[in-house]
Amino acid sequence: MARTRFIGDAGLTARMTLVMFLLGALFVALVAVLMGVFAQSGSPGIALLVGVGGLGVVWWQWYSSDKVAMRAMGAREVSPEQAPELHGMIDRLCAMADMPKPRVGVSDTHVPNAFATGRSPDRAIVVVTTGILRTLDAEELEGVLAHELAHVAHRDVLVMTVASSAGILAGMLAQGSRYGMFFGGNRRDGNNALPVWLLVLLVSLVTYAISFLLLKVLSRYRELSADRAGAHLTMKPQALASALQKITGEINTIPDRDLRASKSMNAFFIAPAIKGVSLKTLTSTHPSLEQRLEQLAKIQAELGRPAG
Amino acid sequence: MGFLDSLLGRSRPKQADLDALFLVPSAAITLQASLGLRPPGRGSVCYRAAGGAAFAQTEADILSLLRDAPDAPEVSTSHDEFGYTWLVVDDDPDDVAGLCTDLHAVNTTLEAQGFGPGLLCSLVPFEDAAGRRVGLVYLYKQGTFYPFAPQPGGQRQRDSLLEINLRETLTGELPVEQQTSRWLALWGAPGL
Repeated sequence: MARTRFIGDAGLTARMTLVMFLLGALFVALVAVLMGVFAQSGSPGIALLVGVGGLGVVWWQWYSSDKVAMRAMGAREVSPEQAPELHGMIDRLCAMADMPKPRVGVSDTHVPNAFATGRSPDRAIVVVTTGILRTLDAEELEGVLAHELAHVAHRDVLVMTVASSAGILAGMLAQGSRYGMFFGGNRRDGNNALPVWLLVLLVSLVTYAISFLLLKVLSRYRELSADRAGAHLTMKPQALASALQKITGEINTIPDRDLRASKSMNAFFIAPAIKGVSLKTLTSTHPSLEQRLEQLAKIQAELGRPAG
Repeated sequence: MGFLDSLLGRSRPKQADLDALFLVPSAAITLQASLGLRPPGRGSVCYRAAGGAAFAQTEADILSLLRDAPDAPEVSTSHDEFGYTWLVVDDDPDDVAGLCTDLHAVNTTLEAQGFGPGLLCSLVPFEDAAGRRVGLVYLYKQGTFYPFAPQPGGQRQRDSLLEINLRETLTGELPVEQQTSRWLALWGAPGL
């Protein structure tokens, strides 16, 4: 009988589900409140139209995620002939995990990092920086690649983009309501009622703030999941652990200019590349190093436990 | 892995499919009859060694189990550049079924100890009269076979025509991997 040394984390799954539910509820609530607001000014349909438009933007972000991310990072795709070791590693990991092989890219950046993007596992691309290739040894690099492959298998680009839909919509509205202030927004009901554009602005700012915090929580949970799946795939949690220690250490000793340049990509990185931001803060996209090492130690203990 | 599992980020390690390995003996007969390829009586299992006491114990158990078997095959292990372990079994060239039983014993022991997800592939080399070697590779997670034919001479080049020829010969005998992107290049694998 096949025995398994896999340890699930029901608590993490439950918390993750709750956060995703809250983000979904936030989107619905935002559209509902807007409908109420616009109903006062006599055209509730506008809110639905805005909602659909927001979803369209979300869809586009998801659909073109690989191209956008590659361009933002200045990454180029590499063939098996150009990077045989990298491809050999990913080939083997994909065979072990029984998943389609993603494309492989390299970005000429000193920051040691890696990310995975693309709208589906079939269209995914895993990118490593030249910095990480220099910093890590083969075993550690494999741990990082397994972590990125887990992001692909978990469809994290899809999950995170959909989850951010309320925030995206709120951002669009906040921008749009400024124009409303200049052009429209002159219809008021009653004497004390706020102008519509101000209401919309307030609602979208509140939505944006809530969605921002929830997204960071969700991002941290997804990282922990990817760490766990990656460690089980390579069966070497200690390799990923030492890679994480090296990367987070390196990132804090590297000059500022490079780091700010890659700020927009932080959610997709294996370790966040912002210097000086405390990893323990609420707004971190990644869990603290201690938290990640703790989980990896647990997996290591389970993999090493002799059979009774 | 289900769609929901992937959305919730709780994917589990894929378990290996072990039984298809017993299709090798009949495929060996086909290869000998149609292409003149004979098995030199060697086979190997490639797996990922986990760190810690449990795996070391399991590996030692496997080695002693095989060495104490009635036909007492030669068993050795080696490590490749990608960090995988190759366990090589050298047995009687005429007894392919016995070889498969040995390989299966390795697999079931690993699986029983919870290391089934660490199995990558299994390799049974074949040799023609001129000494040219090709490998029949079994992918545990896909449950499929594929041929691997390195060009003679030690350069890392594959003989694609021979591989396609082998694929045509083996279709019907074995589940053959249809996606050629999954045909891993196993340079320097023991026995090739």
